[in-house]
Amino acid sequence: MDSRSIKRITIFSGHYGSGKTNVAVNYALWLKTMKENVSIADLDIVNPYFRTKDSMAVLSENGVNLISSEYANSNVDVPALPAETYGVLQNKEIYAVIDVGGDDRGALALGRYSEGIIEDGDYELLFVINKFRPLTRNADMTLEIMAEIEKACHMKFTQIVNDSNLGDDTKAEDVLSSVAYAKEVSEKSGIPIKMTTVKSELYDELKDKIDNLMPIELYVRQSWAERNDI
Amino acid sequence: MADKVLMKGNEALAEAAIMAGCKHYFGYPITPQTEVAAYMAKKMPKTEGGVFLQAESEIAAINMVIGVASTGKRVMTSSSSPGISLKSEGISYLAGCDLPALIINVQRGGPGLGGIQPSQSDYFQATKGGGHGDFHLLVLAPNSVQEMVDMVFKGFDLAEKYRMPAMILSDGTMGQMMEPVSLEKGIINEYDKSWALTGTKGERKPNIVNSLYIAPEELEKLNFERYERYKKIEETEAMYEEYLMDDAEICIVAYGVASRVAKNAIDTARKEGIKVGMIRPITLWPFPKKALNEAADKVKKFISVELSMGQMIEDIELAIRCKKEVLLCNRTGGMITTTQDVLNKIYEANGGKQ
Repeated sequence: MDSRSIKRITIFSGHYGSGKTNVAVNYALWLKTMKENVSIADLDIVNPYFRTKDSMAVLSENGVNLISSEYANSNVDVPALPAETYGVLQNKEIYAVIDVGGDDRGALALGRYSEGIIEDGDYELLFVINKFRPLTRNADMTLEIMAEIEKACHMKFTQIVNDSNLGDDTKAEDVLSSVAYAKEVSEKSGIPIKMTTVKSELYDELKDKIDNLMPIELYVRQSWAERNDI
Repeated sequence: MADKVLMKGNEALAEAAIMAGCKHYFGYPITPQTEVAAYMAKKMPKTEGGVFLQAESEIAAINMVIGVASTGKRVMTSSSSPGISLKSEGISYLAGCDLPALIINVQRGGPGLGGIQPSQSDYFQATKGGGHGDFHLLVLAPNSVQEMVDMVFKGFDLAEKYRMPAMILSDGTMGQMMEPVSLEKGIINEYDKSWALTGTKGERKPNIVNSLYIAPEELEKLNFERYERYKKIEETEAMYEEYLMDDAEICIVAYGVASRVAKNAIDTARKEGIKVGMIRPITLWPFPKKALNEAADKVKKFISVELSMGQMIEDIELAIRCKKEVLLCNRTGGMITTTQDVLNKIYEANGGKQ
């Protein structure tokens, strides 16, 4: 990934289950290798489980500041946003990674901050896509979700992140088969592809075959049994 | 084989229902089942003749289910624990009217409003009826997103075969976790539905769907008849999966997400030379009594792994006629047993690590 294109605010949004949180956590950790002051804010008001907070340990070990609702992973369903979110969005010393909840419902929370972000100008709004999700199986379905999100958050996407995956079961051919899909989404929307993400085990096999490939770790375990493994 | 997609358990339930020919869904939002309704809201209007309706309450939703079920059409509703309690009156009416329908319970911590984290503490409620009166629900407990799809087809099939409501007893983890799934269409059998309210067109006597009987003799007779049907179901429809039971000395019994954690613990214990296996009930009612009773003649001890305060353990003790000791390994209130919790219980049953 090109470090020259880094914006101060990087926002990850998309269909729920596309892998936004995992990509955002990976991006924040990568960013921290270059920038001193990195914060990741969890704006997810939709998902009850599998939150940014699950990755608290790896984030704090690496010095990434986590801003998350105190109700995340608790027993109540309170769609509260932490006040500190304004801090990272307004403090020009901080590189902010924003993890937005899925779909238009999740993007409503981003709409709360969009005016300030657009005014600041130094931002990237990334559309995370996954062709293996049943409601974004092709470009047209994906564009439908895209339009809904843009309407809800009052912002326009600036780049696409192709995170097409089947979780732990993802194979090289799955990622390869998603390239044409991502290109079609890009062509039809007129928005460039920033990168394709792939689990690190497949990186070497695919790095010469896919442009702007970024290796990522699966920090957000989607399966409880594996998450609780000893 | 169909291409694989990455789905949440809740989404898989909704998609499978549509594939199984369910064109009517009535629901009301509650965490952690909301994705079932959200998916239905997106997809049902795009299905020919499909109806998605968010009712004003759980009680309204289940009564709409009764209405559609009376016409012999496939119908589904879903909720989480407190919402299922609200639906329990309607569920009893479905049973009393001999109506097939599919009810999803994505369990969360209880009692009361409890919490939104996963739980299996509605076991008693699901398996001992789920409402007032003498009746049973068919209760299916998948342990993977793929099995969610299969159980939706199975649930509709059994419900129609025996004219009774079926429940898929899921939980927050099963509902929220994502796994690759192949969306294969299951078998759809045609059953006699001459009882359904489809309009007489003046050509036949009206059918009556009802659960009120003026004469107690008549009600008693019907209840006896229904229990004859239940007896046949208990004899023929129990489903379970055995894991490493051939030489097992310790038998773990676990369903749903707890069985996934238990399997990890069994694999670890096996590497240490401990002979432990698992019987995983796939149907909780009918409970796989025969398989457990036969296992009781071979193993030394049982362990019930459940996310509740010792509910399924009672069915295990009954099934094995208390022939062997049954230990309990449990967490509750939205907490999940870890592999280490189960492993420690295996050591206890084994009388130590060796």
